[in-house]
Amino acid sequence: MSAGTYTPRPGAAPLPRMIAAQAALETRMLLRNGEQLLLTVVIPALLLVLFSAVDIIDTGAGEPVDFLAPGVLALAVMSTAFTGQAIATGFERRYGVLKRLGASPLPRWGLMAAKTLSVLVTEVLQVALLTVIAFALGWAPEGNPLAVLLLLLLGTVAFSGLGLLMAGTLKAEATLAAANLVFLLLLVGGGVIVPLDRFPDAAQSVLGLLPISALSDGLRDVLQHGTAMPWADAAVLAVWAVLGLGAAARFFRWE
Amino acid sequence: MAALRAGPRPGRREGSEELGEPGAPDPSPASLDLPAMSSEPVVQARGLVKRYGTRTAVDGLDLEVAAGAVTAVLGPNGAGKTTTVETCEGYRRPDEGTVRVLGLDPVADAAALRPRIGVMLQSGGVYSGARADEMLRHMAKLHAHPLDVGALVERLGLGSCGRTTYRRLSGGQQQRLALAMAVVGRPELVFLDEPTAGLDPQARRSTWDLIRELRTDGVSVVLTTHFMDEAEALADDVAVIDAGRVIAQGSPEQLCRGGAENTLRFTGRPGLDLGSLLKALPDGSQADELTTGAYRIAGQIDPELLATVTSWCAQHGVMPEGIAVERHTLEDVFLELTGKELRA
Repeated sequence: MSAGTYTPRPGAAPLPRMIAAQAALETRMLLRNGEQLLLTVVIPALLLVLFSAVDIIDTGAGEPVDFLAPGVLALAVMSTAFTGQAIATGFERRYGVLKRLGASPLPRWGLMAAKTLSVLVTEVLQVALLTVIAFALGWAPEGNPLAVLLLLLLGTVAFSGLGLLMAGTLKAEATLAAANLVFLLLLVGGGVIVPLDRFPDAAQSVLGLLPISALSDGLRDVLQHGTAMPWADAAVLAVWAVLGLGAAARFFRWE
Repeated sequence: MAALRAGPRPGRREGSEELGEPGAPDPSPASLDLPAMSSEPVVQARGLVKRYGTRTAVDGLDLEVAAGAVTAVLGPNGAGKTTTVETCEGYRRPDEGTVRVLGLDPVADAAALRPRIGVMLQSGGVYSGARADEMLRHMAKLHAHPLDVGALVERLGLGSCGRTTYRRLSGGQQQRLALAMAVVGRPELVFLDEPTAGLDPQARRSTWDLIRELRTDGVSVVLTTHFMDEAEALADDVAVIDAGRVIAQGSPEQLCRGGAENTLRFTGRPGLDLGSLLKALPDGSQADELTTGAYRIAGQIDPELLATVTSWCAQHGVMPEGIAVERHTLEDVFLELTGKELRA
């Protein structure tokens, strides 16, 4: 490189360009990661196909796919916004990526905005794929798509807050283990594929307050039963969103 | 010791109102040698204190870094180098004292400062699944007028990394990528934390060359190192740091000249009359016959002294053989200042 190559000419790129670049990179990192794809795409799709085709679980009246599709959509949101984001962000923190980006022109809130965008892009891909599979299995959804969209967004915010809280406070290895464990527990106990009414009454009232239960139950109310807007479930998600994001903002450590 | 700039004394604290005075004269004798100087220091730390729990990592550190120069912060592991640099980068908030970088507060004015500085962390900083050129291209996109990424990749020998992701790169490749990330945004000032740690000799030379090119093009460089030869080879100005304080600062020549007496050695006929030689030499000089016929003169060895010694030899019919003037290295200086080996 010739003389004058390094002559200072500092400056930040325009903010939208920085955020777009960051979101694109985060999405590429996620799609390149095999374990993440297993969690976000393969497992939800397999569960949908398997339990729709094979009558293992009594999903109540109606076609199994009409019960399962909303639950699997909720699971997809949880896998990306919570589990995937927690694990990825935990390791970024551990490997100094968050620290290094903290010295770049990209502001911290810009980094968080990019992460959110990346989560949303991934979710769009997941929802598109799972919807196609569900239709192929004979899914006949009801309800208002806007209500579905609102629930998915609320769920994303709630799970993102909890995922970032975990990533920003625990060690990366602990986050990896805990995020996977929570994923599994909520998959079983959150009304995703097993109806909540299979659990004892006392357990039901507690499990019903989990974000995954509120999301799967709310989506089911709209998509299976045609409810206009399940406000109680939306409220539960909103409370989780405020608590999770609030705690993450307060306790998140960048290094 | 005249050329040595004294380190800070305990308890010395300067008020923040003194900071940012334009055109304040720099008392540093070292700054006279520096190229492309502007009057304003690029880094100014006064009475910096940083504690982690009960451990004091930085203990009243004063440091000025001249613009357009390569400044080495030299000291053993645990001396407070990284804490000092990371405070300048805005990662740490000083417990006491003030830091100004390019005239800005690294924490309060972070948004204004970050685009203007380049940062190389001691390790990490890259997505484990990212390829070298991909990460570099990304950093370039965060800046308004970045360097040509392809040329930088070639310059640092990262072209061979191909599709290899960061976690599978060699330590040297990871180091060079971190360096590239620090300079790609065309900063005015770069902070390099141990830029050559773990590099093979060839990669080390190549990194040194790049640092010299940065200086030539007007970029100010602050690097930490515990390699004496690195500081001697690269730095215009060296701040020797120990136990969280700058204990000496100056150019390598000044530190070596001022910090220690040099020696002159020669061999000749055994049993020379050293008393007579000493009378001809300046006060404070020392002369010894170490082993039979091997002589050592210690003191301020300058051309005049050398001439005095050789003419005394001529008068006494002595042929001084193997005359050698031994310059003290920074390593000796450090040992003398701290009583410690640098790499202990």
